[in-house]
Amino acid sequence: MRNDQFLGEYLRMQGVSRRGFLKFCSATASLMALPPSAVGQVAEALATARRPSVIWLSFQECTGCTESLTRSHAPTVESLIFDAISLDYHHTLQAASGYGAEEARMAAMEENAGKYLLVVDGSIPLGNPGFSTIAGISNLDMLKETAENAFAIIAVGTCAAFGGLPRANPNPTGAVSVSDIITDKPIINVSGCPPIPVVITGVLAHFLTFGTIPELDALGRPAAFFGQNIHDRCYRRPFYERGQFAETFDDEGARKGWCLYKLGCKGPTTYNACATLKWNGGTSFPIQSGHGCLGCSEPNFWDKGGFYDPLSAGMWGSRDALLGAAAAGAALGVGSALAARSRKKKAQAAEEV
Amino acid sequence: MGATGSRQSGKPVSSIDAIPVTAEVVTGNVAPLLHEVRHALKRLADGKDGTVIDLQCLPLAPGEEERIEEVLGQGEVRAEIDALGPTIIQETSYPGVWLVTHRNTEQAVVGRFIEVTHIPELLKSQQADIENGANRLENELKN
Repeated sequence: MRNDQFLGEYLRMQGVSRRGFLKFCSATASLMALPPSAVGQVAEALATARRPSVIWLSFQECTGCTESLTRSHAPTVESLIFDAISLDYHHTLQAASGYGAEEARMAAMEENAGKYLLVVDGSIPLGNPGFSTIAGISNLDMLKETAENAFAIIAVGTCAAFGGLPRANPNPTGAVSVSDIITDKPIINVSGCPPIPVVITGVLAHFLTFGTIPELDALGRPAAFFGQNIHDRCYRRPFYERGQFAETFDDEGARKGWCLYKLGCKGPTTYNACATLKWNGGTSFPIQSGHGCLGCSEPNFWDKGGFYDPLSAGMWGSRDALLGAAAAGAALGVGSALAARSRKKKAQAAEEV
Repeated sequence: MGATGSRQSGKPVSSIDAIPVTAEVVTGNVAPLLHEVRHALKRLADGKDGTVIDLQCLPLAPGEEERIEEVLGQGEVRAEIDALGPTIIQETSYPGVWLVTHRNTEQAVVGRFIEVTHIPELLKSQQADIENGANRLENELKN
């Protein structure tokens, strides 16, 4: 697709009928969490959308975020939206390397000054510039240089949004998030380890459609996808209300699909769209597959206690504090926490023997 | 209202299906959704605007979408559109209530809607496609 071409014209040239385009808009509106009545407006806006320049910088990351997006089977809505941007720099995907690659980045920055989107995955090490470099340029310098004339920044993945795994204790590289460094540009945090691919493309679709950044929550995440917690949207929620919990991964409760709260599910404190958008083309999500949510879209999720401890066990430090909380009325969760601690002690005792 | 996954319905089992997990989860969202359809159908019957409900916006347990399909049943019209993958448009046993399922070419569901309307917009031939077709037919007959 040429940069001066309208998206509607591009799709027509690809043999996509108006009917196909409306289907595309219908799925796009749905993934942007817009009401179905907005499909007409989305179609009108997308038909005349131009191809924006996107520069994608990868810092201290595992490439899982890029994999999440590019492993989507074509031609999905994600891939069509991905086609509709001009990805001018992405050092994992581009053919050019070395000076050629850096020249492409500089050219895109110059030609689209003030208009390009900067996508960042990975955290930025402040401990020593040599911990992570690209073409001999430190991550910090490259971020500052590329952010200067960007329209907005999309921090993709929990590493770019909040520091993520590299920032976990003891944070050996001094890793920080994009928003710890850049403070004068709009930053959209699309957290998750990795983020759901349609959430990444949902943000791109919003920019394509409206030319603006979407409404954000207190942590800078798009409210359409991060506005509600996993727990509130979880189909197992009724079991939680009734106090029916799986106690182990192979007991009767687990087999009956009961709530995984006691097994450490972080759904109640995790804001993301996994329970509705799901993964692998809408097939399932961790809780539906029988494992609790790890809370990967929240800041410092790696350091919030054991993945298999109930939330209350991780949030409260001692048995006294737990009993205090019980007195305050949190009996259900605390009971779970005590039971989990008891199981942990038994397991430790068994190991010591 | 007990919802059981379709995998327990006697279809051939794979090794995954052999895992003894029973989906007896009920979110409580099926009945309110069906009432929403009822209200929308009443509005349409009264000559007012149609309604589109996005099924991906509601948490539904495995088997609950099938439960909704069971209650709505199948009506007289079923159409398949081949555009960026198949779209199945099924009129339910309640005239005016349509189940629309968009899939991509890999057969993954990219959107699922209940449309309460006289005829879903996507079934109509679109003006741009009509104009394009008129030109093509003209060219075809010239040759």
